[in-house]
Amino acid sequence: MRILLACLLALLFAAPLRAETAAEILSANAALVEKASRQTIAPVIDALGASGDPTAAQVLEAWGNKALGIRKSDGIFFLITANDGGYALTDLIGAPAGQAAKSDITELKPNAGVRGMIATALVQFTLSDPDALKRAAALESIAKDPKPEALAPLRAAITNESDAKLKAQKQRLERLLTLRFEPDSAARIKAIDSFGADLGLDLRAALNPLLATTKLAAAETPTTNIARELKPGRDLTEIEAYDLLVSANLAPARLTIEAARTALIANLVNGAVAGVPLADLNTQAARDRAYTALEAAGTVPQAATDDEAAAALKAHHFYDIYTEPDAAVTTAAASALQYIGHKVAAMQAADLALDGLSLASIYFLAAIGLAITFGVMGVINMAHGEFITMGAYTGYVVQLYVPNYTASILIALPLAFAVTFAVGVTMERLIIRHLYKRPLETLLATFGISIALQQILKNVFGTQARPLTSPAWLDGALNLNDVVSISYIRIAIFVLALLFLTFFLWLMKRTRLGLEVRAVTQNPTMAASMGINPDRINMLTFGLGSGIAGIAGVAIGLFAKVTSELGTDYIVQSFMTVVVGGVGNIWGALAGATMIGGLQKMIEFLNPSNTLAAQTYMILFIILFIQFRPRGIIALKGRAAGD
Amino acid sequence: MKLTRRSLLASGIAAMALPRMAFAAGETIKIGVLHSLSGTMAISETTLKDTMLMLIEAQNAKGGLLGKQLEAVVVDPASDWPLFAEKARELLTVSKVDVMFGCWTSVSRKSVLPVIEELNGLLFYPVQYEGEESSKNVFYTGAAPNQQAIPAVDYYLEELGVKKFALLGTDYVYPRTTNNILEAYLVSKGIAKEDIFVNYTPFGHSDWSKIVGDVVALGADGKKVGVISTINGDANIGFYKELAAASVTADKLPVCAFSVGEEELAGLDTSNLVGHLAAWNYFMSADTPENKAFIEQWHAYIKDEKRPTNDPMEAHYIGFNMWVAAVTAAGTTDVDAVSDAMIGQKFPNLTGTVAEMLPNHHLTKPVLIGEIRADGQFDIISQTEPVPGDAWTDFLPESAVLEADWKDLKCGMYNKETKTCVQLKSNY
Amino acid sequence: MTRSFLIRTPSLLIFIACLALFTIGVTLAAHYGLMSTSFVKTLGKTLCLCLAALAMDLIWGYAGILSLGHMAFFALGGYMIGMWLMYARTEEIVVASLLNSGLPATPEEIQQGIASQIFGVVGASDLPTIWSFAHSLPLQLALVVALPGLLALIFGWLAFRSRVTGVYLSILTQAMTLALALYLFQNDSGLRGNNGLSGLQNLPGLDAVSQDSISLWFFWASAAALALAYLTLSWIVSGKFGSVIRAIRDDEARVRFLGYSVEGYKLFVFTLTAIIVALAGALYYPQAGIINPAELAPIASIYLAVWVAIGGRGRLYGAVIGAAVVSLLSSWFTGGRAPSIPLGFMTINWVDWWQVLLGAAFVCVTLFAPKGIGGLFDYFTGLHTPDRKGAPLGPDQGSLQEKEAIE
Repeated sequence: MRILLACLLALLFAAPLRAETAAEILSANAALVEKASRQTIAPVIDALGASGDPTAAQVLEAWGNKALGIRKSDGIFFLITANDGGYALTDLIGAPAGQAAKSDITELKPNAGVRGMIATALVQFTLSDPDALKRAAALESIAKDPKPEALAPLRAAITNESDAKLKAQKQRLERLLTLRFEPDSAARIKAIDSFGADLGLDLRAALNPLLATTKLAAAETPTTNIARELKPGRDLTEIEAYDLLVSANLAPARLTIEAARTALIANLVNGAVAGVPLADLNTQAARDRAYTALEAAGTVPQAATDDEAAAALKAHHFYDIYTEPDAAVTTAAASALQYIGHKVAAMQAADLALDGLSLASIYFLAAIGLAITFGVMGVINMAHGEFITMGAYTGYVVQLYVPNYTASILIALPLAFAVTFAVGVTMERLIIRHLYKRPLETLLATFGISIALQQILKNVFGTQARPLTSPAWLDGALNLNDVVSISYIRIAIFVLALLFLTFFLWLMKRTRLGLEVRAVTQNPTMAASMGINPDRINMLTFGLGSGIAGIAGVAIGLFAKVTSELGTDYIVQSFMTVVVGGVGNIWGALAGATMIGGLQKMIEFLNPSNTLAAQTYMILFIILFIQFRPRGIIALKGRAAGD
Repeated sequence: MKLTRRSLLASGIAAMALPRMAFAAGETIKIGVLHSLSGTMAISETTLKDTMLMLIEAQNAKGGLLGKQLEAVVVDPASDWPLFAEKARELLTVSKVDVMFGCWTSVSRKSVLPVIEELNGLLFYPVQYEGEESSKNVFYTGAAPNQQAIPAVDYYLEELGVKKFALLGTDYVYPRTTNNILEAYLVSKGIAKEDIFVNYTPFGHSDWSKIVGDVVALGADGKKVGVISTINGDANIGFYKELAAASVTADKLPVCAFSVGEEELAGLDTSNLVGHLAAWNYFMSADTPENKAFIEQWHAYIKDEKRPTNDPMEAHYIGFNMWVAAVTAAGTTDVDAVSDAMIGQKFPNLTGTVAEMLPNHHLTKPVLIGEIRADGQFDIISQTEPVPGDAWTDFLPESAVLEADWKDLKCGMYNKETKTCVQLKSNY
Repeated sequence: MTRSFLIRTPSLLIFIACLALFTIGVTLAAHYGLMSTSFVKTLGKTLCLCLAALAMDLIWGYAGILSLGHMAFFALGGYMIGMWLMYARTEEIVVASLLNSGLPATPEEIQQGIASQIFGVVGASDLPTIWSFAHSLPLQLALVVALPGLLALIFGWLAFRSRVTGVYLSILTQAMTLALALYLFQNDSGLRGNNGLSGLQNLPGLDAVSQDSISLWFFWASAAALALAYLTLSWIVSGKFGSVIRAIRDDEARVRFLGYSVEGYKLFVFTLTAIIVALAGALYYPQAGIINPAELAPIASIYLAVWVAIGGRGRLYGAVIGAAVVSLLSSWFTGGRAPSIPLGFMTINWVDWWQVLLGAAFVCVTLFAPKGIGGLFDYFTGLHTPDRKGAPLGPDQGSLQEKEAIE
């Protein structure tokens, strides 16, 4: 009788999943499928995978790609393709089944978790699929969610792999799975050793779980795989250690202030607790006294005192225990990880240096225009930030009309130069020219221009951020290995910064214009008497500085936001760059940018959870630095800073 | 000379001190709209001002309220926090509005709170926020943390199997509080403290390469990593661009944002971001007749077919309609009567369920999780039943003992253990 | 001596009289309900800004040091008074709520209650160290003066000692206020990060007093502070000290060669103005109701300079006029009350275009009227600057000269 019942039950439970074809499985579990959750959908996916139905793979694939739908009227599943009139339907066997309106079909949208499970189920079909892309996807799916079951099919699929690259991937994956799931200890150690000092994130991801530990408190040494013994006070605080004891039921809980309070209130008799008047209980000492009195009277349970707690800690040992029982494997993994760790640390330093270099080049690019107007001409241009913004907006406007991203960037760069050059020259002619003898007032006048320009940009383009998209060949990043990588866009900015540096040096040292600029800045009267028109030179120099700011704007807009406040974020930083580096010298700006960028990344590295603090300390450092080197890193003789 | 200046100034003062006197005679119900129309927050808040004007216009077309027309009084606090308090006082004492709809940032709300409580005004606050507050004079129509953050984390834990979390946020009170709550919640769910990486960045941060690199490196110990982003505003653009550049796909490393909606994605090319997540109580792509009608009404009003709708707009939609219903039920616009009538009001939201105003002045809201699509909209992949908003989170010990109930307890900060009302006015 | 001081500064009596009349006028208007409380608060705040501008005029107009960081001291003053206001108000609440808790409260419980009320769930249960003095009004009031004063003293000593001057000093002061703002933006700084300190208009223990009265009290206090500061500064600049700092402005090197300790004078002026500005801030923020780190943004300090420049540098009443006119106009234009101007193809909506107008006005003042609004008084009283017909300006072309370059 009981056996019969059990059989019946088994049948009942198995029934929905015993269906033969994919269509039957789906319709039998329609409710589950429609609201698919990773928690509940596993039986359906497994059944589809094990059904043996040749269409199952196709159905799973469609489901994962959000191309499976249910007709609302009768609950039948179809493969759907969106078109103008709604969806073109194909039934699960692959025959066209007509057309349906959008409102008649419920499109299935499995979430990422379910899609991951579908991909795992598809692995068995696609690991040896003729399509190399599908094989690669199958490998990625295994790598993302490594499971012991994947080991056997993966090994089977290695020998027949024709693509050399995929074969190498498969072999690597096989070794990664082996070191985690293979029952044979020797094979695992061999797999671990085979990697050497590989920097792959996947290797560390496979090794680290082997070394996962849990904390354990015990009176005697346990027989499990011990990672190390912990000393209270050194490896973990005494409070943590005692909490471990309490949670392992090896010691009584300590008395909390709250619990003592509650106990006191509960034992309040005639306005006093254990003889201590209520009014006196306004200090912790008095409360402790009252509680001790209650303890002595036996009305409240004994709480662990500090001495008892210390004795309990003494009487027990604390361990980190590996969850992996095989000591040989953990030793091999630990030494492998240690070896990798040294290399990773070196690579991280390299990555940090790259980040710093990249930030430096951004600061340099933002500041180079200023290095010209401020450094060479001595004009404080507070509207420099708005020139950067204008450059970025120019890029945005060009992209509105030129949809090809590559072409639009190539047009935007010179156009941004032209626009900001024109604005800069206009500004110089109308305003700054009158203020050369009053530098502080230039500061204020250009600030006026800055707020006016910023508001005009806001009125024209709105406060909403505008898209400025980089061409596809600048997408992605250059990955030297899994630790060191840098995005192409940052490399491009770096190259641009270098270009400008060379351009500037060439212009100042090798051209007639540069010679005249230097002459005018050194002594305008003398230069004028030598036949140079100082007005024209000043105008051109200022225009040049502004124009470069425009180009910097396009570059900055590509990797950050394009809003009217874009430039404001860089203006103070740019001034600092120029001042720290040393005024009047392009090398100074370069040194300043390198120092600020590098230092900022260093501080970020030391305090990774608070980027804001890094910026604060950076500025503090700059303030202090200027106190000790008021003329900057590279101080010019003659044209003194701060005269 | 001085006299001239003085008299000039005096006449200027007279002109300023007596604004809008002419309006006093009209038989209208006045609605204050307190949203920044200039400054940094204008980008988000102007939309809400337009939403309010649209709703008021529609209500007037239906015949107004209590037989009177509604009149919007729009002021501009210019993203300047002290100015919020000043404008609120002006609205209440000079313009004598019956209700206000406004504020976006937490700091603007904190600035306005003492003024509203002092003058017994009424404010509808439409934005998701950090909770830990319940004022007698404010109705919170945005999400509390348990209506956005907790369900999103549940989704990560249950559906995506995430075992390690990176909580990235802008350094201000909403991300700080949310992340504190999430940390406590995750620890209670068995995630070790070492497996939670927290980072705070300044407003408008743009240099994300190191942080993205750090997050990717979290995967080194073989646990699946998920990012919870409370990064605010413009900074998101640089962040997502860096994610795309670092080829961080949603499959490998999902990012779930609480402050990124349809509006923010407009500043980005989303084709590289497909599959990353956002958690809200509303998405424009919600497929219901109410939502379709709302979007049509919005596009007709704003005369731009491309303008997206977003979550705070829905909050104003619900808040305004509930207020109309409460005024109708109370038969007056008196603040106390309307506040009492508000509790228990029900109104269908735009995603197919019904919102109810709870005694703690928060709404019940369904939590929707959406995946970013290539067209800048969201695919809704998960929708819960309406979750009651919790003013004081249950996941932090110091606030778990607190409760807000303006119906029976008449207290916004009630200590359940000592059974006392900690304070009647808000902690601003 | 007294007579000669008054004779040398004829504007002093006129100014004090105007201020007194203005104060009485506002008081009466507020009393008879002709002026709203929010407008009284606006005027009170404007007076505080005038006070800050006065200090700015001393350091820039008289001593020639263009500090772009003085609003940092203003905000620091506000923070210091705000800490006491928040602490005392919260203490009342906490003590009241602990009364019902069964046991009389211990000092630790009160401390923790206050901390958790002020910081909510984002802080620890202990008050940060910077709040150590917040329980006492006298100590905190002393800090209003001491902290900004000390900061100015250290910063000024470092900067002046290494002879950082001119534009460099401007940029350095700007960096200082930016660093301070970024520091305060951090939640970990213990001053509530971006939310700042709020509810400052509610004075502890004065729940029964309406804001109408409190706003008037603060208005009077601001007016009194302004009058007092005006008097003090007039006296300072009219004496020998005033001559020396003006000389430093015009030619620092010569003053140094004459044997004066230029650094000492500069440091004194820098610190004194920082303290005045901090006091202005301490009066301002209880009227504004909230202080947050955005108040320290570099732009705020630049605006301070703008007010002084528009009002007219080198004359104290100029600074006051500039601050009052620009800040009141600004609130009028951004308040949406200014009528829009239709231009046919577009409409000038002042909320959007006010900043543009301000910027343009500022450029124009710098270019065409370096004396600002104050120059009008010279014009009407027939005071004209000699026309140098393009002759050189003197050895230090960078500083503000009594006679401006016409070129």
